[in-house]
Parts: sequence; C-alpha cells; structure tokens
Amino acid sequence: MSVSKAKKPMTLESLLPKIVLAPTTAVMLVCMYGFMIWTGALSFTKSRMLPQWDFVGFDQYAKLFANPRWDVALNNLVVFGVLFIAVSLLLGLFLAILLDQKIRLEGTLRTIYLYPMAVSFVVTGTAWKWILNPGLGLEKLVRDLGFENFEFRWLVEQDMAIYTIVIAAVWQSSGFVMAMFLAGLRGVDDSLIKAAEIDGASKMKAYWYVILPILRPVFFSAIVILSHIAIKSFDLVQALTGGGPGYASDLPANFMYTYAFNRAQMGVGASSAMIMLMGVLAIIVPYLYSELRGGKNGR
Amino acid sequence: MVANRSFNLGRLFIYGCLLAFALFYLAPLYVMLTTSFKDIEEIRSGNLLALPQDPTLYAWIKAWSSACTGSECQGLAPFFMNSVKIVVPAVILSTVIGALNGYVLSKWRFRGSDLMFGMLLFGCFIPFQVILLPMARLLAELGLANTVTGLVLVHVIYGVAFTTLFFRNFYVSVPTELVKAAQLDGASFFQIFRHIFLPVSLPIFTVTIIWQFTQIWNDFLFGVVYSGPGTQPITVALNNLVNTSMGGKEYNVDMAAAVIAALPTLLVYIFAGKYFVRGLTAGAVKG
Repeated sequence: MSVSKAKKPMTLESLLPKIVLAPTTAVMLVCMYGFMIWTGALSFTKSRMLPQWDFVGFDQYAKLFANPRWDVALNNLVVFGVLFIAVSLLLGLFLAILLDQKIRLEGTLRTIYLYPMAVSFVVTGTAWKWILNPGLGLEKLVRDLGFENFEFRWLVEQDMAIYTIVIAAVWQSSGFVMAMFLAGLRGVDDSLIKAAEIDGASKMKAYWYVILPILRPVFFSAIVILSHIAIKSFDLVQALTGGGPGYASDLPANFMYTYAFNRAQMGVGASSAMIMLMGVLAIIVPYLYSELRGGKNGR
Repeated sequence: MVANRSFNLGRLFIYGCLLAFALFYLAPLYVMLTTSFKDIEEIRSGNLLALPQDPTLYAWIKAWSSACTGSECQGLAPFFMNSVKIVVPAVILSTVIGALNGYVLSKWRFRGSDLMFGMLLFGCFIPFQVILLPMARLLAELGLANTVTGLVLVHVIYGVAFTTLFFRNFYVSVPTELVKAAQLDGASFFQIFRHIFLPVSLPIFTVTIIWQFTQIWNDFLFGVVYSGPGTQPITVALNNLVNTSMGGKEYNVDMAAAVIAALPTLLVYIFAGKYFVRGLTAGAVKG
C-alpha cells in the first residue's frame, strides 16, 4: 500500500510526509481533542466569568439539569429532532421516488429542491420570520382570501414556536435528503423493479418491498446527518425566534451560547456543551464504527 | 402502459406533486424578492404573494448602505467586505493544507497516519460548542480576539478536517503504481504532487473550494462568538439588522438584506451546482 515503506536512509525527503502532516496533527490534537478535554475539565469547576480551577465535582451538571431553561431546550431538541428528521426523510424520499420516474425537467426541479441548502440558516430564519409574521405574513394572506378568522401565530406562541423551526429546517434540508435518496435510487438496477412488476407487484409494492430495503444504508446516513444537524442547530433559532417567546424555542446550542457568553456562567455553559458532545457521540460512534468496518469488508 | 388512462393519471399526479413542491421551495425566495422591492406602505396594505405595484430600490439601497445593525447604521456593505476578507484567505489556506494532507494520507501513509486520519474524521462531527470557550481563550492569548485574522484562523483550523477528508478520498483513487514509477524515476515528494496529482485535481479543488466557501460564508456560530464591533461577518450583521428594533420594522429592508447575504452562495450554487452537490454528499456521507 504505502509507498514510503521501501527501506531507505532517513533523509529530509523521506521525512517530508510526516513534516507535511505535523502541523495539522498538532493543531488537531490541541484545538480539537485538547479543547474538548479543557471544556470537560471546566465543566467540573465553578468558573463563571473567567476559568478558575476549583473543582466542584458534578455541581455544574446538577445545576444544569435543575435549570428549567435547559429542560425546555432538551425537550425542544427531542420535538424538533424527531419531527425534523421524520419529515425530511419522508419528504426527501417521496420527492426522490417521484423524480426517479423519468421526469422531464428533472435537472431543473432538482436544482429548485436543493437550493435552500446553499443559503445560510440566518437567511432562512429571516425569510421565514417574515412569512410567518403574525399580522402581515401568511395569516394576512389567508385572511385576504376570505377566511377572516384565520389565525396563524405560531411564531409568538409559547407552545408552537418550536414548530416554526421545524418548518424552516425542513424547507432547508429536505432537498438534500432528496439528493441522497436519488443518488441511492440511481444505483439500484432498473431491472429489479421491472422483475417485480412482471411478478405482478404494483409499482408501489415494488418500491416498498424491493427498493426501500436496498436503500437502507442511505436511510442510515441520512438519519445520522440530520440528527447531527439537529443537535448543532443554533443559527436558525437565533434568526427565526431568537429562542423566544421567552426561551420557549431554545435548543441546547442556544442555551450553551447564552450561558457561556452572555451570562458569564462558564461552568454551566461547559457542562451543557459536554452533554451535547455526548449526544453526538452516541450517534456518531456507532455510525463511524459500522462505516469503517463496512469499508474494510466492501473494498 | 397496461391501461393508458390510469398511466396518464399517474403521471399527472407525479407532475402535480413535483410542481407543488417546487413552489414550496421557491416561495420564500419569491417572497423575499418581491417584498424587497415594495415600499412599507404596500407591505402593510398588500399581501405576501402580491407582486410589487411600484417597484422601488429603496430597501436595497438602505440595506446596503444605511440600515442599522445594532448601534451602527452603515448598512451591510462593511460586513459584506468583512465576510470577503474572512472567506478568501480561509478558503485558500484550508484548501491548500487539505490537498497536501490528503496527498500524504492517501499515498504516503506511515505508522500512525491512519489513526491521525480517523481522529481528524471524527473531528468533522464534534459539536463546536465544546471548543468555543477554550478557543476564545486562545484567540485572546494570541491577541486575535475580535479580529478578522482570528476568524480566518478558526475557520482554517476547523475546516481542514473536511478539506483533508475530501482530498484524501479523491487521491485514494489515483493509482499507486504511478507514484511508485515516478519514485523510481527519481521524482521527489513535491514533484510527484506537482506533476501527477495537481493535474488531475481540478474537480476536487472545485468541490472543496465551493464547499468551504459556502460553509464559511454562511457561518454564524464562529462569527457571533469571535467577532467584535466592526469585524462581524455578514450573517451576524444580518441577524443584528433584523433584530434591531429601532423605529418601525422595515420588512422590505430585512428581505433585501437577506438576499444580499445569500447572493454569493446562491450564485455559486446556480453556476456550479454540480460541484456543490458533490461536496455535500462527500462532506456528509464520507466518500
């Protein structure tokens, strides 16, 4: 495999690969893993404005989980995560299957479905904030159509604000899921569907029993990516609802930002970041493990 | 094919759905654009989907040059320039470093290099919240807090994981025999890179540059944490502009500002969509 294994005297030339990789390795060790440990350590101290190293055990975690705002953020993450992933998957798969039916203008449609992915979450949030604006947005539009008592003010309702985040996030990311499924479908042999159809299965059944099982890995990847997006979601909330009304639509990332940088509660901020890291690990480690193993078997 | 009529109905359903969803995805862009050309009076009296009766550039001019983004009222122009100053060096540096790293990790593997790659790959997934606080300290120590240079540094550090991944997965498919043959001919490490790898690298450079450009231009988290007054990137300025509540709310200015912030990445997407999609799948699914 490796070219450099040929026995040669140690020359500058033979060290070059290591020299090239050294800066990245060092920076990675410090700025990713070192920083992770630093934050971890910080979460066990009583740091507020500035880091200080009086260790207080799990106090900050206890404080964190006693904080109603964190409770709301975690609940929101569950609601947001489940809906965002489920709707994006269904919509993405649905559109991919439709687009796979030898559609005219497929390229144009794909471009339209995917363009939100090129836009920042702040822009998405700004746009949807205006569309969902109670008073002048969608509500007024429907009222002008003659439904004068129509009400749509999720943006300013405690219980509903988190769903506006779901709408905007699905709008932004479902096209991407579509692209993943479409790529997967293109890899499926057409003759499989034909064979199923000859056997008397309807197209719907052919997809359900033949194609979807083949697409399992795509489902898997899409779920991992979407849950990763969900856990890291920050900008969209900041732009669309600002976490409000009150803190009703906060997600953990917004909580972390608020406590670590606006409220000078570094310890609480660090402990919330560590909880987020653990959430990501719980998803990513099994994924990477199976990917890397699968890669070895496959190649 | 069996029954022609049901076949046509099916097609009609498919096209109907596809078209309806196309409208769903296009609607926000349409609303942003039309709103940005209306004056505030028309916004109050008309509705969301109406075309501007009397198109005006007022909102665009204000968004660009005089809208308030917090205490300052200089519009988005200076922040647009900040973003350019952050994006250009950060994209170039992270791409070049990624190319060299990928070259080593694919063709010059040594003991530990696979482990390093694994750790780097894992780094693509960490939630940045766990590095925000110590990074703020580091930037302060380096005297780079609230500077454009500091933001460039942060974007390079956390972008290299992705660019390395892209290049490594691309270079793996270059035949190792080519490298061996060149080595026998006495070509050096950098000569091989220059004469064998660079000439075939245009697609992966394009994908990586577009990916990095989009990521960094659209970044909000690093921007909001590590910038100060005067060095904010455009996403942060946009957010401030929209959430600054001085005087009446000017939705047309908000929308013009949003389009301005989105325009660079949208243009890249429109003109190089193919590469954008490739980057998405490579970055997300691991090549």
